[in-house]
Amino acid sequence: MTYELIPLLPLASFLILGLFGHWIKDKAHLVAVPAVILSFLFSVFAFLDVAGGHHSTFRLYTWLTSGILDIHIGITIDRLTAVMLLLVTIVSSLVHIYTIGYMQGEPGYARFFSYIALFTFSMLMLVLADNFLQLFVFWEAVGLCSYLLIGHWYERPSACAAATKAFVVNRVGDFGFILGLLLVLTTFDSLNYSDVFAKAPDVTGRVMNILEPLGGHLDVSVLTVMCLLLFAGAVGKSAQVPLHVWLPDAMEGPTPISALIHAATMVTAGVFLVARLAPLYNLSPTAMTVVAIVGGLTMMLGATIALTQTDIKRIVAYSTVSQLGYMMMACGLGAYAAGIYHLLTHGAFKALLFLGCGSVIIALHHEQDMRKMGGLKDKLPITYWTFVIGSLALAGFPLTAGFFSKDDLLVSAWSSGPLGQVLASLGIGTAMLTAFYSFRLVFVTFWGPSHVDHHHVAEVHEPSYTMTIPLMVLAVLSIITGYLGIPEFLEPMFATDSEGSGHHASGSVVVMLFASAAGLLGIAGAYYVYVLNPSLPDRWVREWRTAYQLSLNKWYVDEAYDRSFVRPTFVAATELWKHVDVAVIDGAVNGVARAIAWGAWLLRLIQSGQMQHYVLGMALGGLAILTVFLMF
Amino acid sequence: MIPLSYYLTLSAVVFLTGLVGVLIRRNIIIILLSVELMLNATNINFVAFSQYFHNINGQVFVFFALTVAAAEVAVGLAIVIALYRAKSTINVDEFQLLKW
Amino acid sequence: MEHLFFFYFALIIAAASVLVVALHNPIYSALALLIMFFHVAGLYVTLHAEFLAAVQIIVYAGAILVLYLFVVMLLNLKHDDRYHRQWPIAACVGTALVVEAIILTLLKGRTTSPLPSNQGTAVEGLGNTESLGDVLYSTYLFPFEVASLLLLVAMIGAIVLAKKDIGGEATQQP
Repeated sequence: MTYELIPLLPLASFLILGLFGHWIKDKAHLVAVPAVILSFLFSVFAFLDVAGGHHSTFRLYTWLTSGILDIHIGITIDRLTAVMLLLVTIVSSLVHIYTIGYMQGEPGYARFFSYIALFTFSMLMLVLADNFLQLFVFWEAVGLCSYLLIGHWYERPSACAAATKAFVVNRVGDFGFILGLLLVLTTFDSLNYSDVFAKAPDVTGRVMNILEPLGGHLDVSVLTVMCLLLFAGAVGKSAQVPLHVWLPDAMEGPTPISALIHAATMVTAGVFLVARLAPLYNLSPTAMTVVAIVGGLTMMLGATIALTQTDIKRIVAYSTVSQLGYMMMACGLGAYAAGIYHLLTHGAFKALLFLGCGSVIIALHHEQDMRKMGGLKDKLPITYWTFVIGSLALAGFPLTAGFFSKDDLLVSAWSSGPLGQVLASLGIGTAMLTAFYSFRLVFVTFWGPSHVDHHHVAEVHEPSYTMTIPLMVLAVLSIITGYLGIPEFLEPMFATDSEGSGHHASGSVVVMLFASAAGLLGIAGAYYVYVLNPSLPDRWVREWRTAYQLSLNKWYVDEAYDRSFVRPTFVAATELWKHVDVAVIDGAVNGVARAIAWGAWLLRLIQSGQMQHYVLGMALGGLAILTVFLMF
Repeated sequence: MIPLSYYLTLSAVVFLTGLVGVLIRRNIIIILLSVELMLNATNINFVAFSQYFHNINGQVFVFFALTVAAAEVAVGLAIVIALYRAKSTINVDEFQLLKW
Repeated sequence: MEHLFFFYFALIIAAASVLVVALHNPIYSALALLIMFFHVAGLYVTLHAEFLAAVQIIVYAGAILVLYLFVVMLLNLKHDDRYHRQWPIAACVGTALVVEAIILTLLKGRTTSPLPSNQGTAVEGLGNTESLGDVLYSTYLFPFEVASLLLLVAMIGAIVLAKKDIGGEATQQP
């Protein structure tokens, strides 16, 4: 089957809209939507093919081979790839349809579609890659698309700043990724997954001296260093602590892309990376521990900050950070299948939540502050009900997809050892927080008295069907994805010899009960606080002032970065500009010009016009030659 | 036999006198006279060498140098006359049109 | 004996050349030059180059110098020029060059035996004029003819340059 069409159709959409968008304008969706839906259909075929046991690998194009370098574009479709293909194409298709309504009438309509088509292409190629270099190239490409899309409304300075921040923070992680890539190349003499995974067990004992440049001596395992460096890229891309700071700011972009990129696909690329490189990570317990701990920290950080935010998109953004922490934690504890399972279900309900936010925002004329909403559940029924379903999935309410995936995740985490037990407990606590803040969002936005601006209250109505149909589709997906047997589908990919799946260990039922209880408690707590006792939050704010401030100000991470990295850079740049660029470099360049002018002025004096001066010159020259001749 | 070096020394002295004359004098005619001095010096040189190496080519060269000197004088003085007509002076310092 | 003649001629030549350069009156300079020419001719005679001595007197003393005197008298100059401002430098350069030239000749100017010459050697028996003519009309025929052309060109050039502009009369020429 022609599986290369899966990414190439969105690429064609990008090219057509990119080149001819100026003339196509408002009809752009007629090009983009069919392309991505066709891509989805082909992905379904690919999935069925893989489910039937067929693993496709083929090479599309070889760019160059030189020594150990073999740079090519190749496609490999195994189980992991197949589910990722489905996720990307489904969410991308729904977002395309949603965009028709959301961006209607905007001047950048065609440009937006071309960029999300480019993004879809890049993400698909990333997922289909069969070698590290291709993965990296498209890793960067999705980062680029993220930049382009966050800054879609480029006349807004805040959007441009957010786009730049996203790209720069990603780049910091990518620096580690590149180093990891080079280490892979030098260790395995190849960048293809198949070669690397085959040779990996032989390299487990190899060590490298990482203090060599400094003259010291500290031997660490090569595989650990490699995995950590590659993980650095995942930290940037998947908004883990400490590189999570770009994701909330990325909410400057239009809501459809928040759903597509920052909920379902691009940010999951990091988790996908760790899962894809599971054979490598399994050989380095140190790296896995680091991954798990980072994931755990992120999980808690995201949840604590989301408790106090008032912008509805920011709440969902921090929720995304937290859930990504869950997934990374699971992968770090060896439960790759559980992590990917949660990734897939999260893709559905988080995209739903974002699109629902977008629906509310559009209905209220681009109002995003939760405190100016309220009482919307009767005015926006479809949005309300789909939003509730999404929030239930996020909170892990029983029978939703989120319930199954989060439970699977926590159970797998618990049964993977002492660290797993600690992290799983924290995960249960965080689940309660998750449920609390997500229903806080629901109650404040849709229930209670209306704080909506008086001018707009009367006009609030449900948006068009192009926006509500994707919501409904995603709501259905948020429920049924739990029943499709995804973890069993993925298990064979990650099965190792030593650990079996810890699903049926003794503590698993207890964990499941606790997790469900935590979710229900959270929902009940939110109901109690925000519906029954509306004055309670203000009292808590006053009583726990410090905690509130820490949470509201995102743990001051941005401020810390500003102090330690951004400001010194600006100061250094200003100093360099004033003293080096202006004085030294310009001085040197202008100085050269001035010196030449001065030299020319001097030389000009020789042209006196008097013949006898010239003859004197000749005589002096003759004298010089004669002297030299006599001396040597 | 008079050693060759005597003739060479004499020739050098005359030549350098002529050179200094070109450098020092402001009157164009005297400058041209000094140039004649230089030419004569080289002629002495050639004839001396011609005698000492019994090679007639030296004298042939002198013959031609003489011819050229004559032609040069004719043209040079014609130029001097033209200059005098233009500027009513033959002080070299006045002719500075090629100055920057 | 020869030394006497040589030193006499050399002394006068040197003195006359210095006078040419040093005297203010251009006519005096020209006359000093005349003396120099005669003594150079004498020097040529001591060097067994009689033909050249005769030609020297005829051409240089008899034609070139006369031309100079004509021009000087035509232009009717006042002798009011002083030395150029750069005369100290010129004196230094001149002295240095003289010294170096003398050193050069003393170091390397000693001739051992005369080198055997390859072409146009004068047979000892012939006089200077015959040997010169012999070579001039055989080996150097072409330059000889070109020299005549050169003189023609110089003549025409001198006429053109020295002519008055419109309706002027030509100056006398040698």
